Amino acid sequence: MAETAAPLQRAAVATQPARRRWSIPWSRVILGLFSALVLLYLVAPVAIVIPMSFSAAKYLSFPPPGLSLQWYQNFFARADWTSATIQSIRVAFTVMILATVLGVAASLALVRGSFPGKDIVNLIIVSPLVVPAIIVAIAIYGIYVRLYLVQTFWGLVLAHTVLAVPYVVVNVSATLRGFDIRLEQAAQSLGANAWQTFRYVTLPMISPGIFAGAVFAFIASFDELIVALFIAGARGRTLPMRMFEGLRMEIDPTIAAVSSMLITFSVLVLASAEFARRRSRGD
Amino acid sequence: MTTGEVLAGRAYRESTTSRRLEFRRQLGYFLLLLPTLLLLLVLFVYPIVRLIVTSVYDGNHFTLEHYRRIVEVDLYLRVLQTTFTIALQVTLLCLILGYPLAYFLATLRARTARLLMILVLIPFWTSILVRTYAWMVLLQRQGVFNRWLLELGLIDEPLRMMYNRIGVLVGMTHVLLPFMVLPAYAVMRGIDRNLLRAAYNLGASPFQAFLMVFLPLSLPGVAAGSLLVFILALGFFITPALMGGRTDMMIAQLIETQIRTQLNFPFAAALAAVLLVITLVIFAIYNRLLGLDKMFGGGY
Repeated sequence: MAETAAPLQRAAVATQPARRRWSIPWSRVILGLFSALVLLYLVAPVAIVIPMSFSAAKYLSFPPPGLSLQWYQNFFARADWTSATIQSIRVAFTVMILATVLGVAASLALVRGSFPGKDIVNLIIVSPLVVPAIIVAIAIYGIYVRLYLVQTFWGLVLAHTVLAVPYVVVNVSATLRGFDIRLEQAAQSLGANAWQTFRYVTLPMISPGIFAGAVFAFIASFDELIVALFIAGARGRTLPMRMFEGLRMEIDPTIAAVSSMLITFSVLVLASAEFARRRSRGD
Repeated sequence: MTTGEVLAGRAYRESTTSRRLEFRRQLGYFLLLLPTLLLLLVLFVYPIVRLIVTSVYDGNHFTLEHYRRIVEVDLYLRVLQTTFTIALQVTLLCLILGYPLAYFLATLRARTARLLMILVLIPFWTSILVRTYAWMVLLQRQGVFNRWLLELGLIDEPLRMMYNRIGVLVGMTHVLLPFMVLPAYAVMRGIDRNLLRAAYNLGASPFQAFLMVFLPLSLPGVAAGSLLVFILALGFFITPALMGGRTDMMIAQLIETQIRTQLNFPFAAALAAVLLVITLVIFAIYNRLLGLDKMFGGGY
């Protein structure tokens, strides 16, 4: 195969530039323009929110007629917005820690262990990612009512952990599978016990996967609306719930300020995840 | 005792101790898994099973009354139909917009492609509520698009681009497009370019080479993306609730109103069961075709 492919390849490389030189690649130009428009469709709405959040007008328009921080002032001055934000951060942070600890332990078992029913367990763990949130929401609501967990902090945290654990397991399992088990065997043959092997060999190697999983887990909870809508209650209202209210009645321009801060936050998270991944690959 | 017997005895003892060690190791793994497994059994599997039981069992006997209602009442049938139509339309839109973009990115140098991919990932990582808000600001009656069009004199009165199907399709496609582009791009990147060169060399035009070599090879990524977009679209709530028309209700909205305003839990449970079965069937097709491990967190 390789012997026949090599001359073919050389011949192709030799003919290719000659063909390109005398014709404008129209199909390529059209494809590029189309792709640029699709990228614009994806990014422009997100990007346009940021300048609009600094608008001095009472009504949102683009480009803004003048600059002001009125919507940011409004956000920080109003207790319903700030308390919802603080509640979301508290919930998401707790979920992140819980889901990461549970998810790393489960990934070790699923990748390294072999026991009956492993495939089914795997399936159960990833299924919260595809089962529609509305189903999870009313199912959990149905049992929370009887367990008196509706409108409690831990009720929401546990429900969000169910949704967040799969992200940790998927990311950590992927790094665990790509990791040479002989490194662990070497550590053990040098006298390390199971904990030491995990702490000094496995953990540092899989830390990029854990970091990515933890970030996903945080976002999964922080952005989650539907489950919270059913079980959080008015007193434990999260930021997505407050935003949803603000969008359902009349479109509250304060949301422009909130949105801009959230966009900045996700860009920072994305950048740090990318940075961590690059550093782990060493390029 | 002969030496042979001694050796056999030692081998037997060693194999039992190693078997015992192996058993302890596996038990250790199982214990690591146990907390997560318990959490999911108690707060995911059991609630969903109970939900389905509620939909067919009224406390005393078995009943299919709620399912009969879904099929017999026009309003509910129409909601199911709308849900399918919207999911299909969104999947097609994602395909039409996503395939060329993924193809274009896959033909660029890896470095350039990764930079442009950031433009796909930023919206992907941004909250759905934020994105829906952005579209509401752009599309509403007094919104940015209508003002521009009015100022340019292209229209005399504001267009209705929201609280109808257009708004839902624009908003949902925007949210779901990355789920098409990411797997499609990952598969297209992996296609060996020499195969295309070979096709040119055998006399294929660029279009023929694309159609007969590249397209079939890219199908797994496209299928993965399409199934994922379709599954996610079926259960969509936020965008149709905020940007949809009153008569254009999707199933997740119907479930929500049945619980929050009608307080009809068994009927909502029946609707949820229908949605769940459809989702799981597509999920099973996906698993059979492509394997679940490809679904999330891989590729890009």
